[in-house]
Amino acid sequence: MVTWKEETVNVAGTDLALIRGGTGKPLLVLHDELGYTGWMKWNEALAQDRELIIPLQPGFGKTPRLEWTWRHRDIANVYQNMIREMDLGQIDVLGFSAGGYIAAEMAASNPEQLSSLILVGPMGIKPDEGEIFDMFACTIKTCLRQTVFNKEAKEYSEIYGGDMSAEQFELFEDARAESARLGWEPYMFNPSLPELLRSAKNAKLPTLLIRGSEDAVVPQDCIRKYHDALPQADIITIKGAGHRPEIEDSAEFVAAVKHFLA
Amino acid sequence: MQIAHFTERPVRYLAEEPVLANRAFFGVSNKFFDREKSAHDYNFYLDEACFVEEVGFDGIALNEHHGNPFCSGSVVNIEAAILARITSKAKIIIIGNMLPGVKHPLRTAEELATIDTISRGRLVAGWVRGAGSEQFFNNANPAYNREMFNEAHSFIMDCWTKDGPWRYEGKHFHYRHVNPWVKPYQEMPQQWIPGVLSAETVMWCAEKQYPYLGLGTALGPTCDLWDMYADKSAELGYQAGPENFGYLLPIFCADTDEKAQEIGKGFIFGGGQNAFSRPEHTLPPGYNSKSAIRMLGQQPGGSWLGVSKEKMMASADDSWDASAYDALKAKLIAGYEKVQDDMQIVVGSPETCAQKIKDILSVIRPGVFTCFAVQGNVSDKDRLRSVELLGKEVLPEVRKFADENELFGPFDRTPGSVKLAPGTKRAPVVDRAALAKLNLT
Repeated sequence: MVTWKEETVNVAGTDLALIRGGTGKPLLVLHDELGYTGWMKWNEALAQDRELIIPLQPGFGKTPRLEWTWRHRDIANVYQNMIREMDLGQIDVLGFSAGGYIAAEMAASNPEQLSSLILVGPMGIKPDEGEIFDMFACTIKTCLRQTVFNKEAKEYSEIYGGDMSAEQFELFEDARAESARLGWEPYMFNPSLPELLRSAKNAKLPTLLIRGSEDAVVPQDCIRKYHDALPQADIITIKGAGHRPEIEDSAEFVAAVKHFLA
Repeated sequence: MQIAHFTERPVRYLAEEPVLANRAFFGVSNKFFDREKSAHDYNFYLDEACFVEEVGFDGIALNEHHGNPFCSGSVVNIEAAILARITSKAKIIIIGNMLPGVKHPLRTAEELATIDTISRGRLVAGWVRGAGSEQFFNNANPAYNREMFNEAHSFIMDCWTKDGPWRYEGKHFHYRHVNPWVKPYQEMPQQWIPGVLSAETVMWCAEKQYPYLGLGTALGPTCDLWDMYADKSAELGYQAGPENFGYLLPIFCADTDEKAQEIGKGFIFGGGQNAFSRPEHTLPPGYNSKSAIRMLGQQPGGSWLGVSKEKMMASADDSWDASAYDALKAKLIAGYEKVQDDMQIVVGSPETCAQKIKDILSVIRPGVFTCFAVQGNVSDKDRLRSVELLGKEVLPEVRKFADENELFGPFDRTPGSVKLAPGTKRAPVVDRAALAKLNLT
């Protein structure tokens, strides 16, 4: 059993809350637009030979909101300075959904800082076909149901089943409010990102794109457009999973990530 | 006291089923829009406003909403501009301009100044953040709602008072050449702020000395908020009085109680005010302050415009069973009686209406009273008869009561003009004993 801990570090001009667990080469993990959902099986599996560093995004309840940030690109800058100030060196990054959007912005602005990039159901690029699901125009429950295809997945019910406490409710609302602040318009994408990623293409940054085959949040076309921008990327489709392949089919997900990072 | 008339200008040709099936007014498809019937309605509501002035109301209040048939007024300044020309005495009270949704405060400043100038100083401006659903319709970022509201308001005040040209580079708005030719006809139009129990808005009003208008809010919580306003006023060195408070109440008057009861059911058409928008559209992310969200999370039974944590947590993917219409309508009828018991809707003959209004005024002691006309598919004739009865029979009674009880309106006594020395105990602004008599504590 890997031990993990929550700590606060003063970096990038703020008191950033972090989850750290495991040993080995650091792997920066960026959670999605609804916030960190706890240490799951996939965290445990990846932490066997990597140190997972999971910043809790500013404004999501634990780390204070940074008033100067306007866009996901600005959060990318916070994490880039975190990497520098914590002397993490060149680092692998794994980003989920809007966390993938942030990771892509990091890759676009300074690909040399990263050793590889893994994007899971990434937002950030406007699809030509389909739309990124509007998570702001529905209740939290509807939003959560939209994220998974396999609603019987054990970890899904562990995270979201039962009654929601007042604290969880507030954390969700914090996350939704901050995601709205950064991503309301344009809705969860940066029109310039496909062109900005040219730097990561030129740097031949090793990239893996992962998407659940039944993802109802991020359309397949987002993956196609990421691949157009980053033709060096490998693509893995996890069959029968929705937008949360890491909890819907954690074995498949972990295998794909480990194989890529090996 | 200033007495105004208000209507949402409801779409009157729509069947109830599309609203019930949508579980809200917001989002009912505009495929139901009818050109001819709408042309009639838009013209009728302007004529009705002229009649409101003719029968003795002091003001015509109007608002705007978007993307729904609850309120057909979508561009309030256009209607207000027409009224500026076709009426001659009544105040034109806009409750209000939705600053974060319009997102163009320079244009708003010009429009309002034009209305004030054409009407030769009859504009009462009002500012709103916009209902939650309006943020979706206007794609206005709800997380910046209050910031944009504050910045736009401050910018408009500068537009109305500073000589141009000047340069403005704010956070949300940028104008490098500000020089609106038209300025308000009045040195500074009064500003009345409508609200539905937002503590932040109440405090903001107290700081600005703006009258706060409770929009049909329950009497108990209204008393609490007005006390909060008055406490803040005392801190700031003035005694709040009736001139700082207004109240808007749904009222329908007919020749007999029976007839009024029947037609007044228009207030619950489609679910009425509580069905304005679904929970997910009522509280978009970041729209409410963190403290308001915390309160919502900690009070399972607590609600805000009928929204609770439970409703926010509900999944909206349940399918609608058309056979449930009858049951739903029966539930609405039961609610109709309850809101009357709670004095949140007044329906009746002139005698009934006058008495109930006086009962309410005795509790919350506002200086502005606004009659909110019936919703639903009510005929021109019945609507106009209500206006006539209110103007000719109810208003004189209400005015007499207001005079006897010194319910000064903001045009009788300037809000903030009664100074209070530091450390002085403020006078009460509500009468809780009168509330207790109504069994509504």
